[in-house]
Amino acid sequence: MGRPLIHRSPMPGLGLSMGITLTMLSLVVLLPIGALLWRGASFGPGNIWEVVNRPRVWAALFLSFRLSLLAALFNLVFGVLLAWVLVRYRFPGRRLLDAAVDLPFALPTAVAGIALTALYAPNGFFGAPLAALGIKIAYTQWGILIALIFVGLPFVTRTVQPVIGEIDREVEEASATLGARRLYTLRRVIAPMLAPAALTGFALALARAVGEYGSVIFIAGNIPLVTEIAPLLIVIQLEEFNYDAATAIGIAMLLISFAMLMAINLIQVWSRRRIGHV
Amino acid sequence: MSSLRGNAASVRPEPKVTIMSTLPTIRRLLAGAAAAALALGVAAAQAETLLNVSYDPTRELYREVNEAFAARWTAEGHEAPQIEASHGGSGSQARAVIDGLNAQVVTLALASDIDKIAEAGKLPADWQSKLPHNSSPYTSTIVFLVREGNAEGIRDWGDLVKDGVEVITPNPKTSGGARWNYLAAWAWAEKNGQDPQTFVGALFRNVPVLDSGARGSTTTFAQRGIGDVLLAWENEAHLALKELGEDQFDIVVPSVSILAEPPVAIVEANIASDAQRELANAYLDFLYAPEGQALAYKHFYRAWDASAANPEDVARFPKLELVTIEDFGGWSKAQPEHFGDGGIFDQIYVPR
Repeated sequence: MGRPLIHRSPMPGLGLSMGITLTMLSLVVLLPIGALLWRGASFGPGNIWEVVNRPRVWAALFLSFRLSLLAALFNLVFGVLLAWVLVRYRFPGRRLLDAAVDLPFALPTAVAGIALTALYAPNGFFGAPLAALGIKIAYTQWGILIALIFVGLPFVTRTVQPVIGEIDREVEEASATLGARRLYTLRRVIAPMLAPAALTGFALALARAVGEYGSVIFIAGNIPLVTEIAPLLIVIQLEEFNYDAATAIGIAMLLISFAMLMAINLIQVWSRRRIGHV
Repeated sequence: MSSLRGNAASVRPEPKVTIMSTLPTIRRLLAGAAAAALALGVAAAQAETLLNVSYDPTRELYREVNEAFAARWTAEGHEAPQIEASHGGSGSQARAVIDGLNAQVVTLALASDIDKIAEAGKLPADWQSKLPHNSSPYTSTIVFLVREGNAEGIRDWGDLVKDGVEVITPNPKTSGGARWNYLAAWAWAEKNGQDPQTFVGALFRNVPVLDSGARGSTTTFAQRGIGDVLLAWENEAHLALKELGEDQFDIVVPSVSILAEPPVAIVEANIASDAQRELANAYLDFLYAPEGQALAYKHFYRAWDASAANPEDVARFPKLELVTIEDFGGWSKAQPEHFGDGGIFDQIYVPR
């Protein structure tokens, strides 16, 4: 230990903080995922494929990822809009509204699921008039979509909010004085600045929706091939003490999620390179 | 154990003495800790504890059983025991015990769930022969709950497959109760000259919502107003009537149903001492004693011994033809055949 390192960090305690970080990350994140992959490896790729390659599993995976993507897209648009309103405009009740955005984080998902089901069931507050029009929400794919939008909403808003706060109004004004129309300013000046944060929020909302179980289970009808989500299939397999099949579906979800997040990251890198560093 | 500790002390007496004499504060702290440990140990030895891991609809039953049993046990001259109960889906409760939940007693919905705990080596494989009536101190059956007035005219299983009738049942893959629903429907079809697989398939195509557990289905039917008929445990149906108002729902008893036997057992591997074993044995015996049986009747279970029960509680149960799980070859055969991966139930939704 005699000689000092050549490139010492100016901050003290690097070794300690790094050690704590690695330990925590291993205990909380890497070990569980490692255990999942380990179990999958001992089960064998052939067996995993056999479990996943069934119409019912494909239907559930397709349903989960399709609805999660739709919910995240919805949240991308309306989350940015919400953040913009909260940062740029002053109106009575703004702080209250701002606090309400966090509710989906704080509320136990089961409570959210039950509340949404009670509202959208055919005898519920929204459900009854809609049922009179012949529209069913609860116990259909629409119900699942609403639950996923609910749990994902804060992610986009909260990641975009500080970035909007940083944008100088002068930039917009400069764009306007140079003769740009509003839409053009929005598209070429504002959007590029927001894109990285918005994409991060989108990825978070997407990941959250894919894994969501607690709230969806109450509002989905859970009918195989129609409203059965992939996490429910995992629970069903566990209920049969079939840990290997549960692992297989878990790994399939992990791989698809990984691929999607990777794609989002690549888009972020690409957009940064195209627009230049903002 | 004590000789081992004595050895360890005699091997290195020096450092211990030095530390103790040089650091009086630590010595006092240690003495205090030892006294506290002693006090805790004594307390633990006095109040025996028991954890009963049970399934969903037995909450009300075991709340009362635990109180009555504790009173009886204390009256017999023992220290007041600490009895706790945990409730949840039968399958997930079994998994919790397999994964290490320290339950001394399990009272689950299906023998096959306790079989799984036995397979994990926590209790002997022949557990079900240890107590009378297949280790089931009380039984129940499956009945229909319909909305007041019974607009669809539902009288028997055959009415459930009519066009436009919506049936609510939990998912047999995740709910023990729903497996009994399914098997009862199967038995009716067999006795009435219908192809059981086609009949059960038609029945489940009339199900708009498959909840994961029995309580969830009761909520969907009673609170959300979905469906025309709920397939339910008899005790759950009576409970729903009591809690939600007798003027809203009616119970319809079909011509054929199934004798559901929710069994009980001692988890041998989790018994810590002879005193605890005695307590666990007495607890399960109490379920079979007239007093325990009367409580089962009171909570809408069909028990065996009505000698101490309120005659009104016993008279609530109409006679009906009941098949048993033995007619399906026992759980070890019925479970994989009907509810296993790719079994008959799965084929309703994804034909082979």
